[in-house]
Amino acid sequence: MSPMPASYLWLIPLLPFAGFLINGTLGRKMPRALVSAVALLSTAVPAGLVAWLWATMRADGAPDVMRVVSYPWIQITGFQVDFAFTVDHLTLIMLGVVTGVGFLIHIYSVGYMAHEEGYWRFFAYLNLFMFFMSVLVLAESFLLLFVGWEGVGLASYLLIGFYFRKTSAANAGRKAFVVNRIGDFGFLLAMFLLVLHFGSLNFTQVFAAIGQHPEWQGVRFLTGIALLLVLGAAGKSAQIPLYVWLPDAMEGPTPVSALIHAATMVTAGIYMVARCHVLFDRSPIALAVVACIGAATAIFAASIGLVQHDIKRVLAYSTVSQLGYMFLACGVGAYTAGIFHLLTHAFFKALLFLAAGSVIHALGGEQDMRRMGGLRTKIPVTFWTMTMGVFAIAGIPPLAGFFSKDEILFQTFMSPGPLGKVLWLVGLITAGMTSFYMFRLWFKTFFGESRFEESRDLHEHGAAVHLHSGTHAVMVADHEDDHAAHTGGVHESPWIMLGPLVILAVLSVIGGWVGVPSAMWGHNEIEHFLDPVFGTSAGAASATPTGPGLELGLAVVSVLVAAAGIYFAYIFYYKKPGTAAELAERNQFAYTTLENKYWVDEFYTNFLVIPLQMVTRGVLELIFERGVVNGSARVAAITTRGFAWMTRSQISGNIRSYAGWLAIGAAAVLAVMVFGHQLWVYL
Amino acid sequence: MVPTAYYLVLAAILFSIGIAAFLIKRNVITIFISIELMLNAVNLTFVAFAHMWNQISGQIFVFFVMVVAAAEAAVGLAIIISIFRTRQTLNVDEIDLMKS
Repeated sequence: MSPMPASYLWLIPLLPFAGFLINGTLGRKMPRALVSAVALLSTAVPAGLVAWLWATMRADGAPDVMRVVSYPWIQITGFQVDFAFTVDHLTLIMLGVVTGVGFLIHIYSVGYMAHEEGYWRFFAYLNLFMFFMSVLVLAESFLLLFVGWEGVGLASYLLIGFYFRKTSAANAGRKAFVVNRIGDFGFLLAMFLLVLHFGSLNFTQVFAAIGQHPEWQGVRFLTGIALLLVLGAAGKSAQIPLYVWLPDAMEGPTPVSALIHAATMVTAGIYMVARCHVLFDRSPIALAVVACIGAATAIFAASIGLVQHDIKRVLAYSTVSQLGYMFLACGVGAYTAGIFHLLTHAFFKALLFLAAGSVIHALGGEQDMRRMGGLRTKIPVTFWTMTMGVFAIAGIPPLAGFFSKDEILFQTFMSPGPLGKVLWLVGLITAGMTSFYMFRLWFKTFFGESRFEESRDLHEHGAAVHLHSGTHAVMVADHEDDHAAHTGGVHESPWIMLGPLVILAVLSVIGGWVGVPSAMWGHNEIEHFLDPVFGTSAGAASATPTGPGLELGLAVVSVLVAAAGIYFAYIFYYKKPGTAAELAERNQFAYTTLENKYWVDEFYTNFLVIPLQMVTRGVLELIFERGVVNGSARVAAITTRGFAWMTRSQISGNIRSYAGWLAIGAAAVLAVMVFGHQLWVYL
Repeated sequence: MVPTAYYLVLAAILFSIGIAAFLIKRNVITIFISIELMLNAVNLTFVAFAHMWNQISGQIFVFFVMVVAAAEAAVGLAIIISIFRTRQTLNVDEIDLMKS
């Protein structure tokens, strides 16, 4: 196949944007089939282009980097930012995930959203997200990356608040946006510092400048920039202390949770850290911070996930926890492992969310696992695909999650210093928790007695529940027919939803095989693939002389831990279903703490939000808004009125008097022009 | 050859007559005519100076002024007609809805 011209790169973001424009402006009037066609086409073509791009870049003798520059964007003396895209192997992986998984989720959404009001709006936003996400990963400069970064935040906000009539959804959208602003603040400051110290925001220029100064090891300004970037990444990738928005983001429709809040957008922070690895490598402090944040978030979120009842919330905390793993990997300099986990996580977490969506769909909007159970035979395809996802995330060999998680744990263990061992232990415990809560979900949803009270849900609550409890009753009046069709009971989803599930399930099984380490008789293709990007830094840990024995041993340990998690979940939720409740009873305090998510939200509300509101209301509104702003406006009004009072007698409505004043004025001007210089003499 | 000053004096007289008529007269059409008079006084100075300096630009300006005046006359007359239709008068002193 002929190589893809670099200029075609522009089509990858622009086609979804065109889809957004079409659906966003005309979608309201268009039939649903046409809306779907536009949305699917504008994501399918970029996915095809990315496949072509893969072929081009993998061909023998192909350059490692492909660049395309259009025209200058900002041009001031000594500083220039272009609209420029670049593709290297890291971008390729990200693009593959974004367009591939994105396309699958678009297909799924056609089925999932079929009965929803605002269908066109949903797909317009989804396409908008694809546009910004492609810009984010293709960008060649911090600034263009930031454009994508903010844009995906916007799309995320719009989609979380998709059911905007529901207060909780609207609030969740706002929370996501505001929390992300805090991170963006760090990102912005980092960019200012970059301009200050490098006079450029282009990746190539900045990283080349760092490369030319080997003596910049741990210097203060690099650490500062790196830490500010970490703040930005923590906001976008939902890490401590800014993770609070992600669980709430589950208010959005489930495909959105799968695409934006699991597979792609939230990994932007990891992508950014990996992209800036040159910078981070020079700052051991920043790297340690990244690793600690990652490990802390991983175990913290996993522990909350242990006791959540909402199926999507479990997955949300699981996502936060898995993102913590990726952070941990980046923090120990194992960027390849982080990106590898990003890739496999995109497969299995998208799968888990979509399968959860299918479960919710089957139960007519029920999300509480306490009211599920026994669904294994009723929705077999969903069950089997979700099983793949659960096994993959729990780290059962040879599924995808095992290889990537193990790589992270191994690299953490091998990182120098005692910190590595501690972090490894934290990661290992998290792995156990992960397999426990995932199998808890699995058993509670698919096994045991059915606790779903169909009659109550589908008849009393009516159509509103069926529509995923998000839409207002007014919106659904014309869907009575659909609703009637669904009252038949728990039902398997249509194939348009199951198809993507099956594909993702296959990917969740085989996705890890690209990174089988040599200790397990593999070739670790992904590491070689990413070598041109991360260079020697990625191999830092693996360069230390170890036999394959250690790696295998660690793998065995983590598999055992995962198995223990499964065993406990089996005992608690299948064999003796009462055990968990008993345990909760005995450890009341611990259980309540976990169930209330360590009261972090309450803490933020009481110690940040409320004081801030008090300052805003008390100081800013009273003094500044009412005093300064309103006061100055009032002064201006009074002054104007005074002048008006003085001159209003002139506004007689008599044209001739106006003309007279005009003539006198003109004569005066003329007089000054002619005799003015003589007047000066007298004065 | 007539000195330029003569033209300027004539233009000034015409302009002053225009102003005076504008201020004194009450009929809209007369006011309109006085505006035309002022415009043409200005035109005359343009042409005079153009001749004096041997520059074509002054004459070109005159054409612009003429074009604008023609457009203005078309619009103005239309307004006058519609005013007359609605108010049955052309006395400007009676057309004073905008006064405060």
